[in-house]
Amino acid sequence: MSARARLLLALGAVAALALPLVLPSNYAVNVAVMILFSAFLGQAWNIAGGFAGQTSFGHVVFFGTGAYASTILHATWGWNPWLAWPMAALAGGAVGLGIGALAFRAGLRGSYFALVTLAFAEVFRILANSAEFTRGGLGILIKADARAANFQFRDPAWFYYVALALVAASLAIAWWLRRSRFGAQLAAIRENEDAARALGIDVLRAKTLCMGISGAMAGAGGTFYAQKYLYIDPTIAFGVEKSVEMLLVSMIGGAGTVFGPLVGAVALGFVGEATRALTSAQGLGLVVYGIILVAIVARLPDGLIGLFARRAARRGGRDA
Amino acid sequence: MPSFDILLAGIVNGLAAGAVYVLVAVGLTLIYGVLHIVNFAHGSLLMLAMYATYFLFAKAGVDPYAALPVVAGGAFALGYVLYRGVVGRFAHGKDENILLITLGLSIVIDNLALFLFTGDTQTIDVAHAQRMVEFGPLFLPRAKVIAFAAALAICAALGLWMARSDTGKAIRAVAKERQGARLVGIDVDHVFAVSYGIGIACLGAAACLLMPSFYVSPSSGHAFVLIAFTTVVLGGMGSFPGALAGGFAIGVIESLGGLLLGEQLGQIGISLAFILVLLLRPTGLFGARR
Repeated sequence: MSARARLLLALGAVAALALPLVLPSNYAVNVAVMILFSAFLGQAWNIAGGFAGQTSFGHVVFFGTGAYASTILHATWGWNPWLAWPMAALAGGAVGLGIGALAFRAGLRGSYFALVTLAFAEVFRILANSAEFTRGGLGILIKADARAANFQFRDPAWFYYVALALVAASLAIAWWLRRSRFGAQLAAIRENEDAARALGIDVLRAKTLCMGISGAMAGAGGTFYAQKYLYIDPTIAFGVEKSVEMLLVSMIGGAGTVFGPLVGAVALGFVGEATRALTSAQGLGLVVYGIILVAIVARLPDGLIGLFARRAARRGGRDA
Repeated sequence: MPSFDILLAGIVNGLAAGAVYVLVAVGLTLIYGVLHIVNFAHGSLLMLAMYATYFLFAKAGVDPYAALPVVAGGAFALGYVLYRGVVGRFAHGKDENILLITLGLSIVIDNLALFLFTGDTQTIDVAHAQRMVEFGPLFLPRAKVIAFAAALAICAALGLWMARSDTGKAIRAVAKERQGARLVGIDVDHVFAVSYGIGIACLGAAACLLMPSFYVSPSSGHAFVLIAFTTVVLGGMGSFPGALAGGFAIGVIESLGGLLLGEQLGQIGISLAFILVLLLRPTGLFGARR
């Protein structure tokens, strides 16, 4: 990391820590929380979709599994939500390993892999809608009891700091992937799977493991969401909207880059707030996202972050 | 276990719904077979055509069956333009990119519909289509009988046209060997756009057949896209007989699933069928290559 990049990172961290102190309202803090949360989920998608090139249309399945796992442990079995949180990550990771192993063993790649993940999410949604222990379509309410020991906060600034910690952790994981041997294996698989296999990489194992990591992260995100809103139902937990959001944030910011999902989440957060200020009708924000997605895939395969990197490269900087 | 008569009614209902799925899937499989494009916007474009049918009936009083040539023609034009303007220009290289472009397209279409038409569910009430027709022990609404017959007739006409007409031959030539087709003087880009247009025109026809017995909302597209892909994957991507068998199979799976497992859990049949086919036999029942 160059001195310049280190300075930028330190400045960014200080600004992020100070942000809730200067934001004018609780509404603004909540927007910031959702942007950070979206960056975290986008990073979870990015681990599989970006670093390993396994485009998924159903990543919400891990998020939803985590949300239901910790919420059932907490609301039905009386566990402390902080203790239930790691279980959510485990559950998400286990589903990630399971779906990964099934799909990759069957040799599904590219579009076929994307479509099968979508179908898995749909199966989970329908099951959650019909099963007894998920309380079907009614969803599960978490009893409001705003104590920090209960993972509920009266002041949204605390959710902000939890979300910030999640984002920091996800950036660290992405950074490690960028540097490690395992990350290099994933990059080789993304660029050319057959060549990677010929080099002696255990492709099946690496891809499955990567889905496990990605699933565990998304599962941990599920608990955060449930504790923030104190409610989940099958559509929130397994609906296609969150899958698309995770994909958009990562693709638009820059899939396969460390800071891409964060950049994408901030950009989409601003677009969302701008369209909300313009009109109360639904849908306009996502219309803009869709157009941006097409433009990015067509013209900017490295996403918005590619713009910065290109400028840095022109200046002669490295390691952007 | 429900009685035999109820099961039979379920199967017949499933076959009737399946005929429309066949039409939807023929469009998707044609686009895949010729262009190698996995058209994720397929459901959204169907939803758009259903809205067109709805507005023609609600605002101008046009009977959906009379509107069929108009909606199909409009859908063809939209597909042709979409291919020339967006899909064909940007969807090059890796197949995930094509999928992402058509996903972007579907996000735009779905949410534009939500923005313009609101999220309300719309239905049309075509009196003559509600009447029941008797088949031995069974009663079926006329709308379903017409949909069944018309969908099969359109598929047959399309198959004949693909086999006999010059354009059909050009499409098949391009699907088999693009370079060779270009060398013998076929305008490949035009053939691509025509194929995409025909695929979307099938959706226009399907929309007119669906609307009298169905409803539309901006999220209808999402409901249909999984059905369409399941149908096509079940039969084998790019295979016409596969789309035919797949469509009927999915119609019956859906109908019997609802009957045996209840309305909630019954929907699981389609997704499970999709996953199982992909995991166990990714080439589908009729597909040879992938």
